[in-house]
Amino acid sequence: MKKERDEDFEANLSGNENSDAARSRWFKRIKKGILTSTSEKKETPEGLWAKCPECNYICTTTELNEGLYVCPKCNYHHRIGSEEYYEMLFDNDEYEEHFDNIVSTDFLGFTDLKPYSKRLEEIHSKTDLKDSMRIASGKINGQGLVIACMDFEFIGGSLGSVMGEKFSRAVDYCIEHKLPFLVISKSGGARMMESAFSLMQLAKTSGKLSQLSDAKIPYISLLTDPTFGGISASFGMLGDLNIAEPGALIGFAGPRVIKETIKKDLPPGFQRSEFLLDHGFLDFIVDRKILKQKLSQLITLFNN
Amino acid sequence: MPHYPNKQFLDFEQPIKELYEQIEQTKKLAEKNPKINYQSTVDQLELTIADKRKEITCKLTPWQRVQLSRHPDRPYTLKYLEKMTTNFVELHGDRNVKDDKAMIGGFAQLDGETIMFIGQQKGTNTKLRQLRNFGMANPEGYRKALRLMKLAEKFNKPVVTLIDTPGAFPGQEAEERGQGEAIARNIYEMIRLKVPVICVIIGEGASGGALGIGVGDRVLMMENTWYTVISPENCSAILWRSWEKKEVAAEQLKLTAIDMKGFGLVDEIVPEPFGGAHWDYDEAAQTLKHAILRNLHEIKDIPPQERVNERITKFGKMGFWNEV
Repeated sequence: MKKERDEDFEANLSGNENSDAARSRWFKRIKKGILTSTSEKKETPEGLWAKCPECNYICTTTELNEGLYVCPKCNYHHRIGSEEYYEMLFDNDEYEEHFDNIVSTDFLGFTDLKPYSKRLEEIHSKTDLKDSMRIASGKINGQGLVIACMDFEFIGGSLGSVMGEKFSRAVDYCIEHKLPFLVISKSGGARMMESAFSLMQLAKTSGKLSQLSDAKIPYISLLTDPTFGGISASFGMLGDLNIAEPGALIGFAGPRVIKETIKKDLPPGFQRSEFLLDHGFLDFIVDRKILKQKLSQLITLFNN
Repeated sequence: MPHYPNKQFLDFEQPIKELYEQIEQTKKLAEKNPKINYQSTVDQLELTIADKRKEITCKLTPWQRVQLSRHPDRPYTLKYLEKMTTNFVELHGDRNVKDDKAMIGGFAQLDGETIMFIGQQKGTNTKLRQLRNFGMANPEGYRKALRLMKLAEKFNKPVVTLIDTPGAFPGQEAEERGQGEAIARNIYEMIRLKVPVICVIIGEGASGGALGIGVGDRVLMMENTWYTVISPENCSAILWRSWEKKEVAAEQLKLTAIDMKGFGLVDEIVPEPFGGAHWDYDEAAQTLKHAILRNLHEIKDIPPQERVNERITKFGKMGFWNEV
């Protein structure tokens, strides 16, 4: 189970997470088609139950939802998107979304197993997401904050031109309105379909952070499962405070690549939040249940 | 005639190898038959070699450029420093963990002007390649680079980086010591460095490992190099789920100097000798030297804060998107 988790951020990055061909077929169908007639069809409402990928504990989605998507048994933090974070953090779920008119385009005409433009179309029709990062401003416990949050669902939360541009404009917004900046990272790394343009976003975002720093505005980087590659090699690790959710996989190179390079098994807990805290790269690890409280505590300390 | 006939030949360089073999045979014949003059034959063959080098240069595919950037006889950072500069003093260590042999740096003079040079270094034989970790730096390498940049800033000396890496090292200890943080810190500090910064891709420019010393007022690419977000092999493995599509990946990634210049992601292409930099170290180094000096001259009189702002603006413009 764990092995699968270790590797799947890369599968997401390639945008192949749902392709049947990627999965091995271990059984063979003897008769083709569905044999049950429509009248005999039994309806099972979808999404009623949720299973924890870590401890296999099964609970209702309502229970999981109310518990902020944390496993009631083992405290595993389920992967959630920007919508859930905004709901969890902003007072009364009130926030204003910014720069959602910026969308990706296939400037290079990049084609791997399918064209990048088609990939974008598909994901736009499947989800409401415009790209892998959303920017919103609002209040948490009465104090203003701008949150940039990634959506892993959108090509593995990959860093492309749109994320870079939204990030830059969010920084400008923070400077203009003197608001602290929180970035919630959840990404496999740079978006390969944008080639060198995606690489340059590392420099672009770092340049903006330099301006934010000169304006003396606090920047908090929250790393969640998983955060890799270009994110950890740029703004992910450049927070005035770097914090993380428990058990999140965070690193520069993916565990599979490292294993192949050094031809050795990696120690247990390698590249998890606790490992990073131990090695001095995080200020602290924060449980999702006390995230809001902790953030507002920090903002009070900065603002005072 | 090339000053440095190479020792190793890539598959598309084979015709040149054959011509060299013919020259060797002709010379042997000349020894056996001293009465016959073979010089004209040798001259003719050497002209053909020169033509062949030109011909190769004209129709290189993106993948062949990747191969050239990795040519075992290609000059590396220290070779360029030897050929371009005087008074080079190498400086070691990050003052923290150790001295990373994959990243070198130090003061040297270029036409009399003191410059801090920093670059990845690859080995020239099997043993040295291991010592240099194939040009893949660990966090301490990036931190050494940053220490040297800060040193240059303190004494108001320009920084020139020579980039040639297949990537930052993906190892266990690298992660323990914060490879991501080290690169992030470098990018952040480089973009706000008060002195002029010129970066040159002299070989491979792979992803964060390259950008970790690659943020400058001017970014130049030598003719037969590549620079992008991932190596074509790894791109093929992830997106095509096979190692076989590296040529296609190289094309799709648009990673050559011509593409990068076209996108405005780099500022200038530095020409190489026909057939690649490995054919003539002196010529390659002289062309590079003049390109660095010219660019340095153009930016050195801009007030420091203005130069930093321009650098931030320049990188801030990179990217493509639609506004709906």
